Amino acid sequence: MSKAAALRARSGWRYRGNVALRTLAGTVGAYAVAALAAMLLARALPMGRLEAVTVATMLSYLFAPAVSVWAFLARGPWVALGGVVALSGLLAGLVWISGGFA
Amino acid sequence: MSGASAMVRDGVRQAMAWLHGWTGLLLGYVLFVMCLAGTLSVFKPEIGRWMRPEVTAQADSKSAIVAATGWLSKNAPGSTGWYLTAPDGRANTVEASYDQGTDYLYRALDPVTGAPVVRETLGGEFFYRLHFELEIPYPWGRLLASLAAMVMLVALVTGIIAHKRIFKDFFTFRPAKGQRSWLDGHNATGVLAMPFHLMITFTGLLTLASLNMPWPISAGYGDKVMEMYEALAPGAVTRPAAGKPASLAPIAPMLTAAEHEFGGGHVGRVYVFNPGDAASVVTVYQSDADTVGYMRGQASFDGGTGRLLKSWVERRPAMRTYQVIYGLHMARFAPMGTRWLYVLGGAMLTLAISTGMVLWIAKRRERQPLSIGNRILERLNVGVITGVPLGAVAYFIANRLLPIGMAGRPEAEVSVALWTAAVAVLAGLVLRPAIGWPLMMGLLAVACVLAAVLGPVWSTEPVLLVGNLLFLAMAGALALIVRRQMRRRNAPTPARRRMREQPA
Repeated sequence: MSKAAALRARSGWRYRGNVALRTLAGTVGAYAVAALAAMLLARALPMGRLEAVTVATMLSYLFAPAVSVWAFLARGPWVALGGVVALSGLLAGLVWISGGFA
Repeated sequence: MSGASAMVRDGVRQAMAWLHGWTGLLLGYVLFVMCLAGTLSVFKPEIGRWMRPEVTAQADSKSAIVAATGWLSKNAPGSTGWYLTAPDGRANTVEASYDQGTDYLYRALDPVTGAPVVRETLGGEFFYRLHFELEIPYPWGRLLASLAAMVMLVALVTGIIAHKRIFKDFFTFRPAKGQRSWLDGHNATGVLAMPFHLMITFTGLLTLASLNMPWPISAGYGDKVMEMYEALAPGAVTRPAAGKPASLAPIAPMLTAAEHEFGGGHVGRVYVFNPGDAASVVTVYQSDADTVGYMRGQASFDGGTGRLLKSWVERRPAMRTYQVIYGLHMARFAPMGTRWLYVLGGAMLTLAISTGMVLWIAKRRERQPLSIGNRILERLNVGVITGVPLGAVAYFIANRLLPIGMAGRPEAEVSVALWTAAVAVLAGLVLRPAIGWPLMMGLLAVACVLAAVLGPVWSTEPVLLVGNLLFLAMAGALALIVRRQMRRRNAPTPARRRMREQPA
């Protein structure tokens, strides 16, 4: 791919849409996955309530950047967004089963 | 050629380089302020000493607390709480927050008399608060700081993935080669201290966890958050005021008893709730200088009788882990050598951010003329990178020049710092960068010299001496950079020997 072609590929609306979707998945989506996973762990970890909450909180900061990076590596923007939505949905379901959202 | 698949073909590394650039750009200036203020906060106690040169007396933590509570009993008995931090050999004053039927005041109390120090100043507390509150009201400042820290975590991880030769880049520096030099500088400061950068970002996020990640707390505790705070510090006691006035029992025996409860640890913080009331409570926290773990133990006493109510030394493994992570960020445990390593790491991160911001422009300038947006960024770089340190130095100068006893003196010092930084950012926008850089850096050097002279420069008191020398060293380094810039600008343009462009 020539330099000029690469520049052109990086300015079209499809490219912008691609970036926008991945950004959405990598920011809001990554945070949602981290928060929901932490909620689930806070309930599920086999230790005292405060300790489970604390460990879940600490781990959440590892989940978020992992999902952010993945959103920009996924096959396509819709895969990134779909993956994050599916994972959030699964986690939200498990949180709901484990005792609701508050 | 479809744009949608361009990113995939660009390959993993390019995608990460792209993400690294944009995340860095988005909150780069906020991160720059946070890193600079955080680096200065490592020396918060020493900054306090430089800014309160009249206080030369020193007292051990217990007698300083006794002096402070003695003065407060006479001057703020109706307060809802006295929040005291004892001196620890680094700071020599008691840091106190209390109310006198008004808003909460922050004062440094003399370790012998217990009265507020005549030269009223926030000292290092200004940089400490700026580091995570950014002079923005609660909770927005802390939320912005959290957001910036999350962005930084992504920028770090993507920066690592974007690297081809992470080991070789340690040793690569190609000076005076435009974009390449900035890239090498960015890599050196970013990569060399990478473990520190990752540690400080992760631990920093955790210090604000209850704001930026409250969801596991609500999953575990619902709306009974008070239960969590009770479980977090089982040695703390909260109880309502009785409404009957009473005086405090002598505090020294309580401090000794608390140290016994801590197994020989030292007194760090002392909180006195409803001090003039019959139901007053004195809670003593162990010094954070004792262990890496933060807020390791606490003991609470009945204020009227001095009887021990509850005490706790943390042993739960998960909570110890949390406290160690928290303590790693605060660095209050750190002995002198480690403290300088923290400053070095913080300075490198600050430099990595500023070189990254400059690199963004250098890279684009070499490809094509800068767009209007990038031209504004280029000038913002000048204003922010020189203006924020200029504001910090102005804060020190104001500390020496504002009259002692002036009303609202601590706030005036902060105003000087913020207005100086604001004017510097404006100047950076107005001036051509080729003139702005050397001019503003020259100004910063002059300000550093002025601060050292006002120190005063002939002082032999160790903290003042080291502080003044650091100001002078900073001025010297800046002068060298400015001289090089001027010389390069005046020299005839050398033949370009640039190699062919390669993406970073």
